[in-house]
Amino acid sequence: MKKLLFLFIIILQPTFAYGLIQVDITRGNLDPLPIAVSPLHVDANSKNFKDIKVNKLGDKISEIIEKNFKATGLFNPLQKDSFVQKPDIAHLKPRFEDWRLIKAQALVTGKILVKDDKLKVEFRLWDLTASKEMIALAFTTTPTNWRRVAHIISDKIYERLTGEEGYFDTRIIYVSETGPKDKRVKKLAIMDQDGANTKYLTLGNELVLTPRFNPANQLVTYLSYFRNLPRVYLLDIETGIQEVVGNFPGMTFAPRFSPDGKKIIMSFAKDGNSDIYTMDIESRIVERITDHSAIDTSPSYSPDGKYICFNSDRSGLQQIYVMKSDGSDVKRITFGKGLYGTPVWSPRGDLIAFTKVRKGRFYIGVMRVDGSGERLLTENFYQEAPSWSPNGRVLVFYRETKSGPQGKGFTAKLWSIDITGYNERKIATETDASDPSWSSLLSK
Amino acid sequence: MIKSLFFSIAFHTIMILLTILSLPFMIREPVDLPPIVSVELIQITDKTNIPYAPKARKVIEKVKEEEKRVVSEQAPPSAKAKEKPDKIPMPDEKKEKKEIVKKKQNPEEIKPEIRQSSEFEKKEIIDTNQIAALIDKAKQDEALTQKTDSKITQSNQKNSFATGLTLSQEDALRAQIFGCWSVPLGLPYDEDLLVRIKLNLKKDGTISKSEILDHERMNRPGQKFYKILAESALRAVRICQPLKVPPTGYDKWKELQLNFNPSEMLKG
Repeated sequence: MKKLLFLFIIILQPTFAYGLIQVDITRGNLDPLPIAVSPLHVDANSKNFKDIKVNKLGDKISEIIEKNFKATGLFNPLQKDSFVQKPDIAHLKPRFEDWRLIKAQALVTGKILVKDDKLKVEFRLWDLTASKEMIALAFTTTPTNWRRVAHIISDKIYERLTGEEGYFDTRIIYVSETGPKDKRVKKLAIMDQDGANTKYLTLGNELVLTPRFNPANQLVTYLSYFRNLPRVYLLDIETGIQEVVGNFPGMTFAPRFSPDGKKIIMSFAKDGNSDIYTMDIESRIVERITDHSAIDTSPSYSPDGKYICFNSDRSGLQQIYVMKSDGSDVKRITFGKGLYGTPVWSPRGDLIAFTKVRKGRFYIGVMRVDGSGERLLTENFYQEAPSWSPNGRVLVFYRETKSGPQGKGFTAKLWSIDITGYNERKIATETDASDPSWSSLLSK
Repeated sequence: MIKSLFFSIAFHTIMILLTILSLPFMIREPVDLPPIVSVELIQITDKTNIPYAPKARKVIEKVKEEEKRVVSEQAPPSAKAKEKPDKIPMPDEKKEKKEIVKKKQNPEEIKPEIRQSSEFEKKEIIDTNQIAALIDKAKQDEALTQKTDSKITQSNQKNSFATGLTLSQEDALRAQIFGCWSVPLGLPYDEDLLVRIKLNLKKDGTISKSEILDHERMNRPGQKFYKILAESALRAVRICQPLKVPPTGYDKWKELQLNFNPSEMLKG
């Protein structure tokens, strides 16, 4: 009987078996990642090269990396005063727990050696929370290239931490503007994406407009007026060689490369009607893409080359349309209030950037390629011509200020903004600037 | 014998008839309940702890004493039992502020002022430590506790049965990790990127072991984004430790799985 009772108790004994607790984490923070960029250690065997002082190079490179990171808004480079280890020792093996004390989550260390007229730079990125090395690379180049080395290091770290390609080793071409508003001198200028190393590519005796980088290489196409006739030019930045692609009748607008760099797409007026045309760079064969009585302008290819977005007033007001690259299947994608223009397809392929004009105000915005999810990123008195960074994360555009009664106070400057709508920044240029175009990565 | 058989048949017939007649009334239309929105709870007892009227205090103390007596007669109260069961670890004020600022970036998110709170959560906010003492006894018994929870969070049974954490405990933990996780914004939002991390925890909430469940995916070619997401998730839990786990029920949460999925956030 006792046994039976015991068995009975055992059976009725409540048993608890807990499954593994699962918690879904669907949100995180957008706070910039605290990162410590230690000055690069200069090897004692290094020798000065021309006017480059080697002992300062380590600090300068780390400063450029910090500046690049700060400009992204995604990283928070920590003050160097709080650093707890000397650069040479940290580069061998950091004391992770000490670096964690200053709230750093990642650490960049490096070493420089200038010998036999060559600059050798190595760097390491450390994950301080996991106490391990994330990436280690070395570069050898001529010492004059030290700024590019800093940008390449920034790109590698950015890619390792965010998952997307960096955009620091890139350049921006733009139209430099000087002089009063009614007598502007416009030159073609190029600079590094951080505003350094500005060079002027034309003399300013001809009007230049809408320079655009080839996404595949360092060729640039732009429009210039020669004896009041628009001409489309090709310019090789590496060699400085310039050639005329063609003379086009009437108004010609905004030539732009196809993603493979083999074609130029543009709009020009034939018989008083603007339509979209492509031209093969090799064969110079011109092909008509749209044939409509309305004005079709500002074409831009999708990164796979299968679609083209453009703006047209075929519905009465200027709106954005998408079609297949052969001109078929035209679909209107914007239906909002106001006018839409200058559509540019993101290099990532997921968004189209545009300029919107509504009630006398200008907006730069992005939307999905089907026209949904429109987000206006910035609003101002006058701004337009967005151009994508090669990773599709940042837009550069130009903004003009209102001039005073005597035409004074007018400025045109380049600005950049993140696609989240945060982190709007003015890019320092030597002169006034307009019509920017961002290059692809130089080190690709 | 025949008499009792007759009674039995009659009784059973009545029962069956009653059942047949009453069944249609028992089937009701399912109540269309609004979905329970998870709300971060802030312990405001310290600020809103209004002293009881002397009469009410006496009653409460009397009840408390009786409870103690009952407990001591059965078994000496364990150390765990003394702890206030609804003392929920909450994120500190600073992190709360950050959360609100972040919401600016996502206009689709529900604003704090229109956040919906369930009846259960409202109760939790009103609950004071004194009232909590009254239900101490019930909370001592794990089985009973589970039963109570299941009644209250009916649409969230997963939280109480499957996970062993209450909705508010889970929210507290989630809120803590939100604050620590810097989401790599370069990730594509249209890819299936779910990182599952299994943690072995010590009693104080520190991590004794962390393991990525799909570890082999990290080193596969073409899984660069997965690796970056997994690393960021690991960084988050390491920065966050000690995790804000409930003071009781260690056996339930000593092993914990966190599923990191940033797709909602990346879609914007």
